[in-house]
Formats: sequence, C-alpha cells, structure tokens
Amino acid sequence: MAYGEKLIDHYENPRNIGSMDKHATDVGTGLVGAPACGDVMKLQIKVSPDGIIEDAKFKTFGCGSAIASSSLVTEWVKGKTLDEAESIKNTQIAQHLALPPVKIHCSVLAEDAIKAAIADYRKKAGTMPRTESAAAVKVAAE
Amino acid sequence: MATKTIEASPKEAPAGRNIQLPIYLDYQATTPTDPRVVEAMLPYFTTKFGNPHSRNHSFGWEAEEGVEIARAQIAALVGASDKEIIFTSGATESNNLAIKGVGRFYKDRRNEIVTVVTEHKCVLDACRHLEEEGGFKVTYLAVKQNGLVDLDHLRQAVTDKTALVSVMAVNNEIGVVQPLKEIAAIAHEKGAFFHTDAAQAAGKIPLDVEAMGIDLMSISAHKMYGPKGVGALYVRRKPRVRLQALIHGGGQERGMRSGTLPVPLIVGFGKAAEIARTEMAKDNERIRRLSDRLFDAINKQLKDVILNGDREQRFPGNLNLSFSYVEGESLMMGIRDIAVSSGSACTSASLEPSYVLRALGVEEEMAHTSIRFGIGRMTTEAEIDYAVETIVKHVKKLREMSPLWEMVQEGIDLKSIQWSEH
Ligand SMILES: Cc1ncc(COP(=O)(O)O)c(C=O)c1O
Repeated sequence: MAYGEKLIDHYENPRNIGSMDKHATDVGTGLVGAPACGDVMKLQIKVSPDGIIEDAKFKTFGCGSAIASSSLVTEWVKGKTLDEAESIKNTQIAQHLALPPVKIHCSVLAEDAIKAAIADYRKKAGTMPRTESAAAVKVAAE
Repeated sequence: MATKTIEASPKEAPAGRNIQLPIYLDYQATTPTDPRVVEAMLPYFTTKFGNPHSRNHSFGWEAEEGVEIARAQIAALVGASDKEIIFTSGATESNNLAIKGVGRFYKDRRNEIVTVVTEHKCVLDACRHLEEEGGFKVTYLAVKQNGLVDLDHLRQAVTDKTALVSVMAVNNEIGVVQPLKEIAAIAHEKGAFFHTDAAQAAGKIPLDVEAMGIDLMSISAHKMYGPKGVGALYVRRKPRVRLQALIHGGGQERGMRSGTLPVPLIVGFGKAAEIARTEMAKDNERIRRLSDRLFDAINKQLKDVILNGDREQRFPGNLNLSFSYVEGESLMMGIRDIAVSSGSACTSASLEPSYVLRALGVEEEMAHTSIRFGIGRMTTEAEIDYAVETIVKHVKKLREMSPLWEMVQEGIDLKSIQWSEH
C-alpha cells in the first residue's frame, strides 16, 4: 500500500506522545478501541481554568493510520475550547491524512477518542461546585 | 488520486554495510528465480521454441526433450516416477485438480473429503465449491495449539466413505510440518487417498512419495526458486489414482490437463528441482543458522516475543513471531525497507486477523501483532543483522507509543478492562 506524505510524517515523527496523570482533575482521558480489533487509542487533554485545551498527549496501539490520526488530533485540539475540539469530524482527519477507504475507521476512532477525553474531563469538572471548580483544579494540579 | 506518495523503500545501501535495501524476507510469498534456472530457460524462448506436442519435426522433439528432462528432475525430487508428474499452472491449479478431480471421480462410491482449517485458501475454497456443487461432505479438522493435526481426531473423521484426505506438508503462514506419513497411514486404513499441498515443502524438506505414502502432491515452481506460472501435481500410478480433468482439450498430460505445455517454464521448474535436490542439505544448514540468529537476537533484546506454531516440527525458513502490544502493520510500516508479511488484519482488505493464527487459538490481539519472516537461499547474515537491528528499534519505539504496553508495565491486566468493541 502506498501511504500519503502527511501520514508518513505523523507516523515517523508522531507529535505529543506520552501520558499525563489520569487522576488530575484538569486532565481528561479517553481510551477507545479494543486490542482484539487491532487498535486502541488513549488521548489525554489538559484543560486550563478558562476551558482551553492547553496540552494533549496520546498513546496508540494500531496501524500506521491509527497512529497518524491520533497524532494529528493532538495537534488540532491544542488551543481549542472544548466545544471547538468536540466539533472535529473524522472526515476532516481522513481527508487531511488522505486515508484510504479501509482506514477510515482509524479516523472515526480518533474522533471518538477526543469525545471520550472531553466527556471524562467534563465528568470530573461537573462533580465540583461551579464557582470553586477553577480553584479546585488548581489545587489538584499542584 | 492526487495523494503524493513516498517511495516505500529507499534503494541505497546503508553506509558501511554489504547489503542492498530493501531486504527480502518474504520467501513464502515467492522466491527469486535462481540465475541458473533463468539460464536454463533462455534457449527455450528463442532457439528451442518448438511445441513439444509437434511430432513431425526437430523443433517439437527438442522441446519435448526439454519437458521430459524436467519431468524426471521433478520426479526425482520427490521420489516419484516421471509418468506420475502432471504439469499445471501452479499449486492453486494442482490443488483444485486434486480435490475436485478426485472428489468428482469417486463421488458415487465415496463422497467425503477430510481437510484441515489451516490449509491454503485454494484448498479450502475448492472443498467449499464441491459442497456447493452438492453431494459432498467435507470435514474441516481443527488443529492443536502448535498448528499440528491431532491424529486421533483425524482417525475419527476418516470413514469408509472418505475419498480424499488433504493436509498440507508445510504451512505457508507458520511453517509447521505435518506428520505426513502418519496421516497417510490413517487415510489408507480406510481406503482413502492422501493428497498433500507441498507448495511450501517441495525443495525445502525431504519428501518421498513412496516412503511417506503420498498419493497426490501439489508443487509450485515459484516457491522453490523456479519461475511463476508453473507447477505440478504428482498422481500415483500404483495403486492408480483416477481423477476427472478440469481443463479439456487436446488431451495432453494423459488427458488430465489439456493445453500446450509452457516449455521454458517447465525447463526452469526442472532445473530448480534439480538444484533443490542436490543443494537441499547445504541450503537448509544455512537457513537454520540464519533463522536461529534472527530468533535469538530478537529474543535477547526484546521481551514478550512469541513464536507461533510448533517449535520443533517446522521449516526453519519460516518464523512467525508475535510482538506483543505492537500492531503488526504499524511495525511493517516502520520497517519498510524489510519486506515481510503480517498476520494482522490491516494488510488485507478484510479486518479479520489471520485465520491460521486464530485456528491455533492465538488471541485476536496477539494475531494482530504477528510478522512472518521468510528466510531463503539468497538471505545473508548481514541482512539478518540489519533486520534484527531495525525490528528491535521499531518495536521499542512502538511499545513506547503503545497504551497496552504502558498498562502492562503498570501491572494492569488487559483482560480486566471493558474495551469498547467497534
Ligand atoms: C501452501 C500453498 N499452497 C498453494 C499456494 C498457491 O501456489 P501458486 O501460487 O503456485 O498457485 C501457495 C502460495 O501462495 C501456498 O503457499
């Protein structure tokens, strides 16, 4: 199979590999996929008190397209609000990386990973009283 | 498509190394044609171009002589007599001819076929075709965890209605060698014939149709350093195995396979068989050494690498390894200058991992992490060393990137996680 240039670049020089503390309250973690299906993505976002994604990290078990898709979305979500990040569509990912039809599921998984990470963050943030949440996040981060 | 693509494999040799990239480690897919084979073939394209079935002039006689020498060379490789070798277009055709041909011929008396789930697609599909045609019963035997046939199960499956037992000699994906002699004895006890798909075995391991009790055997030239597009079916004469032809016409090959013989390909096939017969011991000694070198070096530097298929009963030129927590296709992409095959789903259009590995009970997630290394006559030590270095580097890199590896290192049992199947 011939791979696109952008896909190769993300595979060979993946951006933002790594992990953040999944217990931190300003970190949202999304773990999607299944080993039996051949892909698992872990995407983590760190959200600032004013709701901006400051940092993103990923780890992926999967084919080159899955690795590239997750690397790409960590770049895309940084600097975005949660709502903006949530509106990223798998078709944009697939188009940017020129994924072949059999690899479209990799972009779907990457979209799912963002949504799962945001949901995880919101769940944690939502359990805290609104006015104190920023302060609470700060404490937790220290 | 407007996608700009990158040349999958750079061709320059790495500095200071006596190798040429890309490195070919996919000898089960096909083999390069031995230069001695090519040389033997050449005159049969140009000066000795006659039709071997032309009886009236020297062009025909010359071509026929080439074919008959080749037939004898191939017969000698497997302990058969010349008259028992039928030329075909390859092992796919040979398998089809053996299964459909014997199946249909004996259908009125015996309409059962016994085969194994890890057979090559062409054997399984030929059997399915007979089932669809109607009137046949096919048993697809499971294999043991090491990839070998359970002889007790086989004994139970073969009945006095069984016409044919078809079990491959060497498996193309995992390299295990089936106990041919024992299988033949079980088939014969019930009066059934024994066919073996020896596409991956002929020229690689010693085969003797007499000593092993093989009644039909499929061979492919391009898996043994011969040209593509030619193969043979060995069909026993004593006791005689009858079969119904698939291709009708001029009645060549004793009516079993009509069509003008591809003389240059057959001559090359014969030469390849002769080289394989005379050099098998030497080749195998080298291949075993290189195979051990690859396996030992990888295992020294990486943990959680699993060999698929029986450790002893195998052709050493096939090493199928699972690199736990690293997906096979992503590894293949990293080692693009090494040509290998993967049991992972992603290499094919289907998303199912290898049915052969699944049949061994290899878990799906492990099947996704498997790579088949094929070592052959032209493989060098320098190539193996380069391959090891590249593989180790990329497996380490991909494990650093793998959430599964991270969890396992943290002591998390992957089975305890509720995965979202998709
Ligand atoms: C075990 C086995 N049987 C049959 C075949 C088909 O051989 P051919 O390419 O000669 O049709 C192959 C090769 O892919 C094989 O490995």
